[in-house]
Amino acid sequence: MRPIGGKAERFTKPLIASAWFSLLFLPFRGPEAAGVLFVVLAVSIPLLGAVSDRVKKTGPLRQGLENIGLKSRRFAPLLFAPLLVVPLAAGNYWIDVAVLAGIYIILALGLNVVVGYAGLLNLGFAAFYAIGAYSYALLNTMLGLGFWTALPLAVGITTLAGLLLAFPALRLRGDYLAIVTLGFGEIVRLVLNNWDSLTKGPNGISGIDAPTFFGASLASLPAYYYLVLFFVVVTVFVMRRVVTSKIGRAWIAIREDEIASSAMGISTMRYKLYACAFGAFWAGIAGCLFAAKMRFVSPESFTFMESVMMLCMVIIGGAGSVAGVILGALLLVFLPELLREAQLYRMLAVGCGLVFIMVFRPQGLFGRKNASPES
Amino acid sequence: MLLQQIINGLTLGSVYALIALGYTMVYGILELINFAHGEIYMIGAYLGIILLAFFTSVGLTAVSLPLTLLLVVVLAALICSAYGFTVEKLAYKPLRNASRLSPLISAIGVSIFLQNYVMLTQGATDKVFPSLFGSGGFRFLSTRVSYLQAAIIVVSGVMMVSLQAFVMKTKTGKAMRAVAQDKTMASLLGINVDKVISITFVVGSGLASVAGVMVAAYYGLVNYFIGYIAGIKAFTAAVLGGIGSIPGAMFGGILLGLVESLGASYISSEYKDAYAFVVLIGILLVRPGGLFGKAPEEKI
Repeated sequence: MRPIGGKAERFTKPLIASAWFSLLFLPFRGPEAAGVLFVVLAVSIPLLGAVSDRVKKTGPLRQGLENIGLKSRRFAPLLFAPLLVVPLAAGNYWIDVAVLAGIYIILALGLNVVVGYAGLLNLGFAAFYAIGAYSYALLNTMLGLGFWTALPLAVGITTLAGLLLAFPALRLRGDYLAIVTLGFGEIVRLVLNNWDSLTKGPNGISGIDAPTFFGASLASLPAYYYLVLFFVVVTVFVMRRVVTSKIGRAWIAIREDEIASSAMGISTMRYKLYACAFGAFWAGIAGCLFAAKMRFVSPESFTFMESVMMLCMVIIGGAGSVAGVILGALLLVFLPELLREAQLYRMLAVGCGLVFIMVFRPQGLFGRKNASPES
Repeated sequence: MLLQQIINGLTLGSVYALIALGYTMVYGILELINFAHGEIYMIGAYLGIILLAFFTSVGLTAVSLPLTLLLVVVLAALICSAYGFTVEKLAYKPLRNASRLSPLISAIGVSIFLQNYVMLTQGATDKVFPSLFGSGGFRFLSTRVSYLQAAIIVVSGVMMVSLQAFVMKTKTGKAMRAVAQDKTMASLLGINVDKVISITFVVGSGLASVAGVMVAAYYGLVNYFIGYIAGIKAFTAAVLGGIGSIPGAMFGGILLGLVESLGASYISSEYKDAYAFVVLIGILLVRPGGLFGKAPEEKI
């Protein structure tokens, strides 16, 4: 990117890069397409280089982002008001997307406790989401429990599952923990897929009841939107209280330096257990909301890709920042929807986007620069 | 029956081992779970089919089949190495000093990108690898081993032995081990760390592409999402053996293949994909550093 050397080099470098990419592309689509790619790249690389030089010199993007973090705190209530009128202004399609976004916000905030605060990399968070959703589905369809009775039970089961996984897993460190959580996620999905007598296997469970509110059904989309919004607000409120409490500060201490924090008298094992259970708790709520919204659950909704997406939401927004994680979740739910026109290319763009955001802002959009350099 | 399953397991295991080597080498040096590695393997499998079709269309296959296959494997390995090299330069190098999770997300981005890239350019349907080998085979201790299985086991074995020799005996290999131990110290001693990292990616991608071509020939079908599950399995194998350790990855891969193949035939094939993780969790509980790895030490 730096303009090193003379004019000749500025000219040849993009050409070499374009030729390189076209050669890589050649086997996949034949010579004509590779030729087109070469021309497109040879034109666009110098252009992009010029733009990025300009941006780097003035740096408005970087400063702007740094300021948003501070300002958003002051304007948070203002941002909240329009959320109340969304169902009046938007069509059913966008309300549906917004409901999904709300569920993901709860999930991402839950995962943020584990990854962002306690610093434990979890690659199987969808497992808890699945346990929450299936618990509600089964309690509802088999025992006939209503939403508000089943919710605490389902969330309790999920939290328990979080604790159960945490006990053995917390003996491991760093990436070993990551792979064990990944394995846990896969095992849960496979069990849901194969335990036909209970979970109906790949067919999933259908006919789940929508929640009611004092006798009124919340099955309609706008009503459900308000229900999810309520839970999101509760989540954000509780989250902010917890992460600034003694427990939250203990988590941050453990993330930054485990040995130092245990020397300061923090029982690291206990606080890590809290983090796992607390994270799973929110995944359970999100799972119930998801099952009650779709009225149907199947193992397909809880793949490894789902866990990966949740992790991306946390990291892109900035691990350890509540506002950042919300933004990350919104971005990753709405971006693919906005790109729906370009159906085929949208996941290509999402992949590129993840790399770009990380390369240009490794600490996440809202992250602090000096947060936790390792593990 | 048992012996047959062991042979199948060994075939599968050597493929896992080849992919796992790429994970373990990159992890040893960058402490990065290279999520895009499974995609490189998938690209290798596609290149096998594409290149073979190309050579058949120019009539080389009719002249000499072994020569064509050799060319296919070598070219696929070269192109995949170029992919690995490019991915490292674009997506990981700028993040060398960032927090540990950023390169991980970047790797996930690359993985999503490459999957969709192949899907868009090659179509979403299965690609067929032409059956060139018939069903020939030989008898080995009362079981039948197909030539292809034998070839996969032998080629993987040769590649693993040469990799081990490369890492232990050559100057570049020594530099790789030095960088894995301590990057700063290695660069103070005049080792070009960037170059060593590039070489690691090139070698790892080459191994993965050979695995890809062999799997394409073995199963006969390839699609754009095979990299994902193979990647997870291979990473599990690397962790099983102790991530960062090269003999560990080989052993872990073969063990995983055996467990899967035996588990699928003797317990239940529905849970085939779960055995790997059950064994992994079991082993990590007893040896938290993997079979060959050192237990993670605590620095104060």
